[in-house]
Amino acid sequence: MKEVSQMQTRYEYGGDEFIFVQLSEAMSLEANFKGIAITRKLKEANLQGVQDICPSNASYMVRFDPDVIEPEELMAHLQQIEREMEGLDDITITSRLVDVPVYFNDPWTHEALMRFRDRHQTPDSTDLEYSAKINGYDTTEAFIEAITSAPFLVSMIGFVPGLPWCFQMVPQEKQIEVPKYVRPRTFTPERAFGFGGAFSVIYPVQGAGGYQLYGIAPSPIYQKEQTLFDFQDSIVFPKQGDIFRYRSIGADEYQAIREQVEDGSFIYHKKEIQFTPGEVLADLEAFAERALRRLYHD
Amino acid sequence: MINVLKPGLQTTVQDRGRIGYYEIGMPPSGAMDKYAYTVANLLVGNDPSAAVLEITYLGPVLEFGKTMKISLTGGEIPPKINGQPVPMWTTLEVREGDQLSFDFVKGGARVYLAVEGGIAVPLVMGSRSTYTLIGIGGFEGRALAEGDVIHTADMIQKTVAAGTSVDASLIPTYGKTHDIRVVVGLCSYRLTDASKETFLATEWTVTPEANRTGYRHRGERLQFVEREQPFGAGSNPSNVTDLGYPIGSIQVPDGVEPIVLLHDAVTGGGYATIATVISSDLDRMAQVKTNEKVRFVSVTMAEALEARRDVQAKLGRVAQMIESGS
Repeated sequence: MKEVSQMQTRYEYGGDEFIFVQLSEAMSLEANFKGIAITRKLKEANLQGVQDICPSNASYMVRFDPDVIEPEELMAHLQQIEREMEGLDDITITSRLVDVPVYFNDPWTHEALMRFRDRHQTPDSTDLEYSAKINGYDTTEAFIEAITSAPFLVSMIGFVPGLPWCFQMVPQEKQIEVPKYVRPRTFTPERAFGFGGAFSVIYPVQGAGGYQLYGIAPSPIYQKEQTLFDFQDSIVFPKQGDIFRYRSIGADEYQAIREQVEDGSFIYHKKEIQFTPGEVLADLEAFAERALRRLYHD
Repeated sequence: MINVLKPGLQTTVQDRGRIGYYEIGMPPSGAMDKYAYTVANLLVGNDPSAAVLEITYLGPVLEFGKTMKISLTGGEIPPKINGQPVPMWTTLEVREGDQLSFDFVKGGARVYLAVEGGIAVPLVMGSRSTYTLIGIGGFEGRALAEGDVIHTADMIQKTVAAGTSVDASLIPTYGKTHDIRVVVGLCSYRLTDASKETFLATEWTVTPEANRTGYRHRGERLQFVEREQPFGAGSNPSNVTDLGYPIGSIQVPDGVEPIVLLHDAVTGGGYATIATVISSDLDRMAQVKTNEKVRFVSVTMAEALEARRDVQAKLGRVAQMIESGS
């Protein structure tokens, strides 16, 4: 794994209760897979005094109780896990493939983005039009097609509870990249689907936000009442390492799913998938094809 | 039972915090000043994880529905019962119908009110702390409002005699300038050497944006090392590929106004973090007010751990004193 050996890891203390490990300054699937592998090993080790293990995009963070485990001892343990990981080819990652419907160009996010035109790069076009153009797509339909044709890896959860940062599993030259708003909005609808930098997100709750807005998901990311099937064990649905396929839907299907959510019968369509990072990185297109086949046809 | 006659500026139910959910983007919440929180519970004989009220800047007016022990610790927002001043850091006994109110804040920013048995609210993910952003924990997921009725729990461990008080040497004092110790690190490699020095040499002024999510400071502009931004990091030199933010970590969006993230903060994002406030000084940060001055003092991990042990030793002495006095 040439790319991995080129990544330079930084180990840093965050006060007396945190260790922050930056695997790479740049975002890449390699860095994210490496973070998944290390943090899963660390979880298995079940060390006394470790309180939180937080894998992020190209880094991870551990919160610990220094009264229970010496900071230096934990640091050495983390470095050892990294040393013992020879390559990413011998690691098998099991994750959930999830069908995530998105209603693009919907009336609610459209209204929100029109309210904040003065904070955007282009007051005269929509976020979709602007993003399509700067990424070299002739139409917004072609741009939506690019988003929905290849799956996204949930590379990090955070900011607010449940918010999934998603990184598309395509070669870097095909990655969509967009700037955030010039000044953040003070309002974003709940379940809005947005894009910022190289990441797509779904906003779990209504609030401020700076990502370009393209649509809205009918299914929740966060459910405080935990009445839906997918929320029985946690108030948030996404997990780091999940693979999301955004599927473009229209107003009718949006309405139908909303009714299922409201009457409590909604269940995310999902399948389990196993893969090795090496296999994925060797041929992203083949992996996307396999993932979609597994999700919809197996 | 306690009746909320006036809620104060922001009065919330807090305990030790909701630990272990950072991975899903859930900050711990919990009492901002853990020292004051811990002593407040000790003074009424509570289990150390009992919930208390955290009172900010402007105190509430509360009416007690029965006889109970209470204690008030933290910053100096002088308390009164039925209009008569009462001491802080002392076990007090109130009776049915007694009203607790507060004068204007004299020092510090937050007071902790512990009641015998603790505040009774449901445990949410292992904690009673309020997290208002998504409306969970505490009293209905929000700050107290006029007309609320709060109940007390039975998380009591021992009886402490009214009049028991904490020795003055164990009561922190708060001026208008604050030395806050930090461990420099995380993404501090992004700052120029000159700006690292500026960060530590500047006397920062706390802006009005100072609350449970974080404290923003005004002062000098900081510069980042020039580079071609890595893929995924965003275009501003203060941007990094989105990462996790430790509690107490300091970020400087666009090089202006360092923000110290606190207990209700976002758990991650795309700004370079340059240092982290040590755990023992998060307590002091909680008692800093808008327009006061903050200087960040760089310490080593060994010094941070020593400061942590000092706090624990002090709490040990408080517990011992209360034990022997009761």
